Amino acid sequence: MIQFQYIRASTQKTAIETTAKDATAMFIAGGTNLVDLMKRGITTPQKLVDINNLPLKNIDASTGRIRIGALALNSAVAENKLVLDRQPLLAQALNAGASAQLRNMATVGGNMMQRTRCPYFYDTAMPCNKREPGSGCGALEGFNRMHAIFGFSDKCIAVNPSDMNVALVALDATVHIAGPKGNRTVPFINFHRLPGDLPQKDNNLEKGELITAVEIADNPFNKHVHYLKIRDRASYAFALVSVAAALHLDGNTIKGVRLAMGGVAHKPWRLTEAEKALVGKTVSEGTFRQAAEIAMQGAKGFKYNSFKLKMGPNAIVEALKTAAGIV
Amino acid sequence: MAEKKACSLPGDQASSNESRRDFLKQSSLLTAFAITPGVVVKAAESKWDEGIAASLEKMPLKLEINGVKQSLQVEPRVTLLDLLREQLALTGTKKGCDYGQCGACTVHVDGQRVLSCLTLAVMAEGKKVTTIEGLATGEQLHPMQAAFIKHDGFQCGYCTPGQIMSAVACIKEGHANSEAEIREFMSGNICRCGAYPNIVDAIMEVKQGGQQI
Ligand SMILES: Cc1cc2nc3c(=O)[nH]c(=O)nc-3n(C[C@H](O)[C@H](O)[C@H](O)COP(=O)(O)OP(=O)(O)OC[C@H]3O[C@@H](n4cnc5c(N)ncnc54)[C@H](O)[C@@H]3O)c2cc1C
Ligand code: FES
Ligand code: FES
Repeated sequence: MIQFQYIRASTQKTAIETTAKDATAMFIAGGTNLVDLMKRGITTPQKLVDINNLPLKNIDASTGRIRIGALALNSAVAENKLVLDRQPLLAQALNAGASAQLRNMATVGGNMMQRTRCPYFYDTAMPCNKREPGSGCGALEGFNRMHAIFGFSDKCIAVNPSDMNVALVALDATVHIAGPKGNRTVPFINFHRLPGDLPQKDNNLEKGELITAVEIADNPFNKHVHYLKIRDRASYAFALVSVAAALHLDGNTIKGVRLAMGGVAHKPWRLTEAEKALVGKTVSEGTFRQAAEIAMQGAKGFKYNSFKLKMGPNAIVEALKTAAGIV
Repeated sequence: MAEKKACSLPGDQASSNESRRDFLKQSSLLTAFAITPGVVVKAAESKWDEGIAASLEKMPLKLEINGVKQSLQVEPRVTLLDLLREQLALTGTKKGCDYGQCGACTVHVDGQRVLSCLTLAVMAEGKKVTTIEGLATGEQLHPMQAAFIKHDGFQCGYCTPGQIMSAVACIKEGHANSEAEIREFMSGNICRCGAYPNIVDAIMEVKQGGQQI
């Protein structure tokens, strides 16, 4: 690992100022993604601003919402009583990610910001527009088994690897951001971006901006939820495809639904059209199958990931069935 | 010839020996620019001794390891794993992958299991670290260590310190209530010898034994 300067920030203001004015400075939270990338020479900050002393760990519920501090640990969120009671989908998604040790280190802000696991991004001997803009996309014609089927561009077909993000996009979370120009909020669905011509940019956070919290407004999705993750081994592996499903049922009638997929796009992929098709319908495998087909419209596979075109809809049906309790 | 010219510095009166030294200085300065920021570059610019530069790059670090207070100097890029193994000769904690993928380096920081290979040592400032060396009480093995021996929870033993540290935490966290739960919450510890069934048995026994762990 290259040498770098390490600074422990004691206030949010200094953390932001230090990172905003220095092109080579980065925040470090749990370090589980950044230290990995630094060891491999993929990310090479010359200044690390440690934000762990900032008071951003709290998880609290104010009127009508849960607010989760950006430094809350993934394990702490997954075990938090408020979260388990009101947003169990989020707890399920978190527990499906990484390992117990990693969840004890990883923070909510860091999880949102984690970079893709595309092998071409990881291999510095290979072309990758995300790591080295202009060098080409190795995955496009290469080994693209883990890659996107939605929203990709000819510059990048990588996927966002986070499980937590899939639940947060389904739950219509809001991201709270503090920056050199003041505070702002961004709907979670607009936080991450599609690759387009700028695959090096995973999200819409500006230089020096700090995620301070994520908020989820209370919703009726606290009972019939399921996070289904399909991967190469039973645990401790990234998703090939994942589905976050939440139903609001009145008897057998679907009053509301939230549906999102992971492992299929450069950002957590919300399935709005499928949701629309489900509202007002009666719970049944056939209804879920129809919605899954709508969800997959526009999907396109590459040489090694076409299996996702079949696995995707099947996963949607399974997740909805489990959420509805009709397995 | 051309090469020699490129090496020699303006003036050319300097002895060949001296110009070689200047060349080395200059080229190491360039390398320093390429790979290191901050103090080392400054030190090279102002022709400080590299030894001084290195010591300036180190940071003071106070933490407690297995009950012993340590006051150390470390470079920010040193991981907790390398600090334990290379600087403190606590080689019980193993380096399997060095990238967070195997769990061999699992230690407890303030009672929580974490991966020491992805922890920068400077980020453990003021914390209490427990490694496999800190688990036993004198000659008395920790119940989990004893259970691993009894149940043959290993073959080559390389993953074992990490497995044991993780297993202790798994019970303390309340994630050892069934075989399935143990398997899920121990999935961050890979065993290439495949001792998994015996590891699960060892954890089940300690959990059911209800001993103080
Ligand atoms: C072996 C392995 C397996 C894994 N498996 C999974 C998995 O199955 N599913 C999954 O979802 N994840 C998985 N992960 C990824 C893990 O979830 C992330 O590494 C973790 O969430 C990152 O959080 P962190 O706090 O450690 O971030 P860091 O590594 O500290 O930071 C990551 C990035 O976020 C930035 N950052 C951190 N906090 C903030 C903030 N508050 N504001 C702005 N920027 C910030 C940093 O500058 C950095 O760029 C795995 C990781 C490993 C190593
Ligand atoms: S050495 Fe740390 S997880 Fe493998
Ligand atoms: S005992 Fe050999 S790796 Fe686990």
